[in-house]
Amino acid sequence: MTATGTRTGRRMLGVHAAAVYGFFYAPILLLVVFSFSGDRLVGQWGGFTLDWYREFLDNEQLTAFHDGAIWTSLKVAAVSTVVSVVLGTLAALSLERFRFRGQRVFDALLYLPIIIPDVTMGIMMLIFFSEAITFADTYLGFEFAKGLQTIIISHIAFNISFVSVVVRARLAGMDDRLEEAAMDLYATRWQTFTHVTFPQILPGILGGALLALTLSLDDVVVTQFSAGPGATTLPVFVFSLIRKGVTPMINAVSVVMLVASLVLIAMMLLADGLRAEADETA
Amino acid sequence: MTAAVELTGITKRFGDVVAVDAVDLVIDDGQFFAMLGPSGCGKTTTLRMIAGLDFPTEGSLKIFGDEVGTLPPNKRPVNTVFQSYALFPHMNVLDNVAFGLRMQGVNKGDARAKAAQAIDLVRLAGMETRKPSQMSGGQQQRVALARALVNEPKVLLLDEPLGALDLKLRQEMQGELKRLQQELGVSFVFVTHDQEEALTMSDRIAVMDQGRILQVGSPEEIYEHPANRFVADFIGQTNLLEGTVEDSSTVCLANGARVQASSDRPVGTAVAVSLRPERAHIAATEAVEDRPSVEGVVDRVTYLGNARVYTVRLDWMEVEVREENRPGAALHEPGAPVSIWWDPGAVWVVGDE
Ligand SMILES: Nc1ncnc2c1ncn2[C@@H]1O[C@H](COP(=O)(O)OP(=O)(O)O)[C@@H](O)[C@H]1O
Ligand SMILES: [Mg+2]
Repeated sequence: MTATGTRTGRRMLGVHAAAVYGFFYAPILLLVVFSFSGDRLVGQWGGFTLDWYREFLDNEQLTAFHDGAIWTSLKVAAVSTVVSVVLGTLAALSLERFRFRGQRVFDALLYLPIIIPDVTMGIMMLIFFSEAITFADTYLGFEFAKGLQTIIISHIAFNISFVSVVVRARLAGMDDRLEEAAMDLYATRWQTFTHVTFPQILPGILGGALLALTLSLDDVVVTQFSAGPGATTLPVFVFSLIRKGVTPMINAVSVVMLVASLVLIAMMLLADGLRAEADETA
Repeated sequence: MTAAVELTGITKRFGDVVAVDAVDLVIDDGQFFAMLGPSGCGKTTTLRMIAGLDFPTEGSLKIFGDEVGTLPPNKRPVNTVFQSYALFPHMNVLDNVAFGLRMQGVNKGDARAKAAQAIDLVRLAGMETRKPSQMSGGQQQRVALARALVNEPKVLLLDEPLGALDLKLRQEMQGELKRLQQELGVSFVFVTHDQEEALTMSDRIAVMDQGRILQVGSPEEIYEHPANRFVADFIGQTNLLEGTVEDSSTVCLANGARVQASSDRPVGTAVAVSLRPERAHIAATEAVEDRPSVEGVVDRVTYLGNARVYTVRLDWMEVEVREENRPGAALHEPGAPVSIWWDPGAVWVVGDE
């Protein structure tokens, strides 16, 4: 009777898995299908059309070179990722490899942006930027407004934490003896870093970079508080469209974002594969 | 001749822990030198200080006459074979072995050619393009050895290099290491907690315990004339018969029996007479005359094939006696009253210090 039992069990598991995947992917499937629907109503099938994609491409606010929302998103993501990868990796190295006064405090502070709610982070940024703008105006004698730069700064602020957490995990898992062996074999500190430490933590850095990229491309809340009239990112723009009333163009925009996310996920899996390979001996 | 390595009053503290305690040590050039002691006695820390991976809290450390106390590891003419090998996982065998030469500025072609020779020396020819993860423990061990030796260090430091290998491989590598050391003529400083390994391989042995060096000497000296109770007990097996010094040639044992054993310790000092199981003999009580002996009852017999070990209960302790398994040797059953006897020169008196 055990055989029947396991067969039933297996079937149940199959049903369960199907339900979970259905739950995840049915909305996505609907989104994709209706992005090709000819009806103005979002949930209504009106025959196949590419009109929404055309409308999307023709929308100046979205696609205009340089200041369209897509370009803003890409610029913010690229710059904030590069900066936060460098700073986050350095933070990870100093916290993991050196002992200094107040280390535990720094340690805890670094996790803060991950823990606090996005809204709080956003309001913090809002207050910070308005104070900074006043300060610059009154004491330093130059003016700046919220826009691309402030979005980038706010994204760097949360991305550093994520990057350094990922890189630290990788560093912590690395055998300290490898660095000692390098120095024993006549490598200077810098050569030890470039020849041994860096190749060992590279998968972590790549993983951190992809995470930063994804978080930056996805963020709505923090960006909304730090964006100005001059610049809007894609997710924030989509969000504002919804408030005006949903048209199927949003479906088309969402599908494009979805595809972009899938590409990022594929890259993450690739980085993961690299990590696994580097770990084989560890 | 200047010593290869000279430690004078070297102390290393980690916070409150004294890992190495005022160690004086001279290691001559060209020696196979073992540092032997139980786990946690400070062997690795001593080795790391010679390598420059840890710096002494106090004392002077010289390598071929040059003070190197706080010189970083990359400025010292020594190389290390790490306990866990510490091979670079992202490099193949050839690049691992060539690493030290490359870091010293040797061009890629020459470095690789010399690395290939070193790989040959440790009998791994043909494995140059493998990654460390694709090799067995014994092979990784050889790569670690080649990676250190290729730099022609003046002293090679080895931290329990054979600890992770199984017995057969370990014995093979013991021979191999000894061969390499003799071929190259450089000093090997070899850390181990295995006394048999230290005895079979070394020219000289330093026995350590709790951060201190208890005795330095040849394997014979350390086995035959241990400096104290700890060394006698740690090296090989022995029976320590407690007693006090009665005069320069007599020790009064705990049960009041007097045995002949010479020592230069003051009368009345608490000592132990070290009687190795293979130097003791067992006989029926009445058979012994004129020789130092103690009496007891056989408790159990362990059959080893080439020998029998008798555990004999005296009225105040147990003593082990090893009798070679020769044809015609008298056998003693558990429960039989026996005498344990030895030649007067077979015992050695040890104290606490
Ligand atoms: N980095 C360290 N920090 C604190 N204590 C240490 C450190 N390294 C070694 N010790 C301590 O020093 C003592 C000697 O250690 P070690 O030299 O590794 O011994 P062995 O190699 O003989 O087993 C041990 O008590 C160990 O706990
Ligand atoms: Mg050790």
